[in-house]
Amino acid sequence: MEWVNAIVQGTLLGGLYALFAAGLSLIFGVMRLVNIAHGDFIVLGAYLGLSVTTILGIHPLVALVFVVPCMAMIGYILQRGILNQTLGGDLLSPLLVTFGLSVILQNALLEIYSADPQKMNAGALETASVSLGDLSLGVLPLLTFGIAVAVIAALQWTFYRTALGRAFRATSDNQEIAQLMGLNRRHIFGMAMALALAVTAIAGIMLGIRTSFDPSVGGGRLIFGFEAVIIGGLGNLWGTLAGGVILGVAQTIGAKIDPGWQLLAGHIVFLAILAVRPNGLFPRVSG
Amino acid sequence: MKHLDFHVTRSSGATKIAALLGIIIILGLIAAPWWAGRADMRLLGELFLYLALASLWNLMAGYAGLVSVGQQAYVGFGGYMLFALTIFGGLHPVAAIGVAGVLGALIAVPVALLIFRLRGAYFAIGTWVIAEVFRLSFAQVSSLGGGSGSSLPVGIVKSLSASRSGREHLSYWLALGSALIVITAVYLFLRSRNGLALTAIRDNELAAGSLGIDIWRTKFVVYVVTAALTAMVGALIFLQKLRISPDAAFSVNDWTAFVIFIVVIGGIGTIEGPILGTLIFFLLRETLADLGTIYLMVLGVVAIVIMLKAPNGIWGLIRSKFDLELFPLSFRVKKSHSSKGA
Repeated sequence: MEWVNAIVQGTLLGGLYALFAAGLSLIFGVMRLVNIAHGDFIVLGAYLGLSVTTILGIHPLVALVFVVPCMAMIGYILQRGILNQTLGGDLLSPLLVTFGLSVILQNALLEIYSADPQKMNAGALETASVSLGDLSLGVLPLLTFGIAVAVIAALQWTFYRTALGRAFRATSDNQEIAQLMGLNRRHIFGMAMALALAVTAIAGIMLGIRTSFDPSVGGGRLIFGFEAVIIGGLGNLWGTLAGGVILGVAQTIGAKIDPGWQLLAGHIVFLAILAVRPNGLFPRVSG
Repeated sequence: MKHLDFHVTRSSGATKIAALLGIIIILGLIAAPWWAGRADMRLLGELFLYLALASLWNLMAGYAGLVSVGQQAYVGFGGYMLFALTIFGGLHPVAAIGVAGVLGALIAVPVALLIFRLRGAYFAIGTWVIAEVFRLSFAQVSSLGGGSGSSLPVGIVKSLSASRSGREHLSYWLALGSALIVITAVYLFLRSRNGLALTAIRDNELAAGSLGIDIWRTKFVVYVVTAALTAMVGALIFLQKLRISPDAAFSVNDWTAFVIFIVVIGGIGTIEGPILGTLIFFLLRETLADLGTIYLMVLGVVAIVIMLKAPNGIWGLIRSKFDLELFPLSFRVKKSHSSKGA
């Protein structure tokens, strides 16, 4: 029963990792960009949530109403102002520019909020639980998982059912021809980054309610998100959710064996999958 | 009749002057213990180690197109090997540095086989995962202090040299030697057949592949050699620090972020770039370090601006303006006067 519990808790944890990963998967799918600062943007989302909740005295989940549009705006400006200039050439410049962004963001957060770990207070939601047979499930992890499923369904719908999604797919397939068909590639990329950071804002708030965070934790979140994307297969959003779940389960089972093994077990499962299935479990596009 | 003839050469007036100046500077640096103070020597030692790391990262990223953000894996691995080999193996520290390099190469082989499956930017994050795996694994080794780390026993430190100044001189020379060895190795490698292949891959991977260059093998060799040398530099770094912990040994900021900034600012894909970048980095650090986090933000902004406006770095600007090259690597066509008839 303990093991079943570990697997169920790991699955729910996987929802959070899928939220970390969804933005990463989205921008890679649209513009083949890997944002090294992605984890730091998750942490930025958490800090923005912290500021909004302390200033306005509102519940962290209500803070989403402010933080999501705010992050989306940052994403659009960032893409059009800086990142668009790095695309089209070699890999090096987007990689190094986002790496520079990561260092700037981390130190800016350190300067503003100090290195003290912070946490958002979600009141009764944090400790509430429901019983399911012998299992006791936290309402917060359940909610996080539900949000992850909803976010991925919404992204999937946007991709395949809306004009914006069609534009995303068109630019992803062939930038030049999409441009000839009257799509402004720079704007489309801006919209993709806006959408990605909007999802990142949700990830940041859920992270900030679940655990304490400080400016240095971004790198670790990037790695979890990245592992979920690779395990699930590039360009496959539902695969990313599966990847997050596999990672989460690996970590909780690892922690069950030995608390020091939690993170290591996740990384080892990732490397094992990379060795056996280099394109992930459910690949859709090739990198 | 006087006839104009052409020949192809690598050397030029600038490279000859640079070689001469280089030798003078190196001799001066070797003699540093007789003219520099204790603090200056420590700073120079650190500078040489960063120069070595930057030159190695530049060989990988600038020439082989392998952008790694996980070289701290090998820095930390080398450091831990130094501690393990001297404490448990009873090796002399200098011998342990060499063995750390060999072990670094050995561990790099399976790592490369695994992460070479990832392309481009995903390769970069993959290297970071490897570094995390190394960090978490060494944190599990309780005989090396686990998560809190351990110090090098006094007996081993004393085995380097009985006196404090003797140790300081030795570790200074080792650092200088490592920078010289790394730069020489990179230079000789780039002049070799493999280096030519590597330069071709840098300029156009598709074209290089179609000319019969084994791209995978060339990159693999670069990765493993870089890992070995990085592990040796890592061993040296922690021989100077005398204390190791997983967080310090596998720090992404210390051993990768700074190194990337050095190379980007100096000029990626040139031998001169990392040298210039290291000088600029230390100049900035010594003048702005009091600002703490602001200093790091400035560094990030400078790196981004350079990447966007001058992707070849400061040395790239100098080179395109004056057609200057200090290390004779590229071939030039020169006019030569000869009396021989056609």
